[in-house]
Amino acid sequence: MSESSTLPQISARRPPELTGFAAMGARRLLLLGGIGLILTGMLFGDIFAVFTLHQNAGRVGASLAAAAQAALAGNRPGVLANFKDVGAFLENRGTKVDTHVHMIDFGYLALLLAILQPWVGFSEGAKKRLAWIFLTGAWLLPVGVYLIHYVGLAGSPFQAIGWASIAADFGGLLVLIVTLGSLAGLWAYFRGERGGFEDGLLGERSAEGRMLFAGGMVLVLLGFLHGAYDAAANLYKHEAQDYTLLAQMSGGAAAGNGTAVDTALAGYGQLQGAKAVNIAAHAHAIEFGLLAVMMAFFQPYVRLRASWKRRWAKILLLGSLLLPVCVLLELRYGLLAGGVADLGGLLVILALLAMWIGVLRYTGELDAEVRARSRTGSAR
Amino acid sequence: MRGSRRLLIVGGIALAVWGMSYGLWYAVFAEHQALDSIGASLAGSFAAAADRNPAVVESSLARYREAKYIYDRQVDVHGHWIGLAMLLIVLGIGFDRVNFSERWKVLLAAGLLLGAVVFPLGVLLQTMSHGPAPRAIAIAGSGLMIAGMVGTMIGAVMPSRGAA
Repeated sequence: MSESSTLPQISARRPPELTGFAAMGARRLLLLGGIGLILTGMLFGDIFAVFTLHQNAGRVGASLAAAAQAALAGNRPGVLANFKDVGAFLENRGTKVDTHVHMIDFGYLALLLAILQPWVGFSEGAKKRLAWIFLTGAWLLPVGVYLIHYVGLAGSPFQAIGWASIAADFGGLLVLIVTLGSLAGLWAYFRGERGGFEDGLLGERSAEGRMLFAGGMVLVLLGFLHGAYDAAANLYKHEAQDYTLLAQMSGGAAAGNGTAVDTALAGYGQLQGAKAVNIAAHAHAIEFGLLAVMMAFFQPYVRLRASWKRRWAKILLLGSLLLPVCVLLELRYGLLAGGVADLGGLLVILALLAMWIGVLRYTGELDAEVRARSRTGSAR
Repeated sequence: MRGSRRLLIVGGIALAVWGMSYGLWYAVFAEHQALDSIGASLAGSFAAAADRNPAVVESSLARYREAKYIYDRQVDVHGHWIGLAMLLIVLGIGFDRVNFSERWKVLLAAGLLLGAVVFPLGVLLQTMSHGPAPRAIAIAGSGLMIAGMVGTMIGAVMPSRGAA
C-alpha cells in the first residue's frame, strides 16, 4: 500500500451511511465536536497558564500578605478588604481552571460516545439529536463557568447563584441527560443484540495506532502511580502544613510578631506551589494518556500520509510526557521548566490539530464520494 | 460484545452518569456554601488576629481546616469518579487487545470497575469519618485500579493465542 493511500478500507468499499460516519451523522458530530472542544480547552489552558495563572497567584499572595500585615497592625477593616480581594482572585482563577478542565473532559466524553455510536440502539436521527444536545451542553457549561466571575449575582433571584452559574448547571444537566440516554441506547442494543457485529474502526492495528495506544496506557499508569505516591507521601503532610502556616500567620499577627508572619507567608507560597505542581502533573499525565488511547482508535479516520501520522503520534506522546515531567521540575528549575512544560502543551495541541485536519480531509473525501455516487445514480 | 467489554463500557457510562449527577448536585446545593464558609472562617481568623483575640483566631482556623478538608475531598470525588469512568470506557473499547481468556478478562474488568467505584467512595467517606477505615477503602480502591491497569497492559503485550 502506498503511503498516501492509508484511507481506511471501510470508506473505499462501503458507503459512509454504513460506516457510521455519514455527513452530519452522530459519530462525525461527536468526533469533530469533541476534538474541537479539547483543542479549545487546551488552547485556553495554555493561554491561561502563560498570561494569567502566575500573575494571579502573585496577586493572591500579595493580598494575603497585605491581610497578614493589616492584622499585624491591628487594622481589621484592612484585613477584610484584602480578604475580599483574595476571594475575588481565587474565584477568577477557579472559574478559569474549571472552564479548561470541563471543556477538555467533555471533549473526551464526546470522543468516547463517538466510538460507542454503533452500539447505541437508537435510530440515526435520534442519535444525531442526542449528539447536538450533548455539544450544546458541553459548550454551555464551560462558557457559563467562565462568565461567573464577570456576571456575578447581577439580576439573579438567588442569594448565592448567578445567571452564569445557572446556565453552566443547565449545560451540565444536558450532558448528563445525553450520557444517560446513551446508556439506555446501549441497553437497547444489548437486549436485541445480533451477534457478529464488528466496527471496522476498532479492528485497526496500524503502527501509529499501536504507538498511541501503548504510549497512552503507559502515561495513564505513570499518572496513577504518581498520584498514589503523592497521596501517600504528601496529602496529609501538606494539609497539616497549610493549617500550621496559617496558624503561624494569624497567631504571629495577634502576638505582634512580624518575623513569624513573614516566615509563614514565605512558607505558605512555597507550599501552594508544591501542591499545585503535583496535582497538575498527576492530572495531565492521565488526561494526555487517555487522549492518546482515544486518538489511537480514530487513526483510520485521519487522512494524512502514514509517515506524517507516525510523526504526529510521536509528537503527541512527546508533548504528553514533557508537560507533566517539566511541571514537576518547576519547583527546582522555576520558569525554565515552566516554559518547557508550556512547549509540551503546545506540541500536544499541534499534533491534535493535525489529526483534526486529517479527519476533516477524510470527511471531505467521503462526502465527495457520496455526491459522485448520487450523481451517477440520478444519471442512470 | 463480550461480557468483560460490556461490563467496562456499561459500568463506565453508569459511573460517569453517577459522577456527573454528584457534581451537579454539589455545584447547585453545596459548593457555593462551602466556599463561603472557607473564605469567611479564614478572614474571621485574621480579623480576630487584628483584634488581638487568640481564642477566636484558633476557633476560626479550626472551622477553616474542617471546611477545606471536606471541600477538597468532595471536589476530588467528582473529578475521580468521572475520570475513572472515562478510563473504564476506554479500556472497554480496547479490551479486545487484551490476550487473556474471557474468564480472566471478566475478573480483570470486575476488579477495575470495583476499584473505580470504591476509590472515590473511600475519599468521600473521609468527609464523614477521620478514622482509618475510609482511608483503607480508598487505598484498596486505588490499588485495585493500578493492579487492573498493570494486568491490562500485560494482557495487551502478550502474544494472542491464535498467533502462533
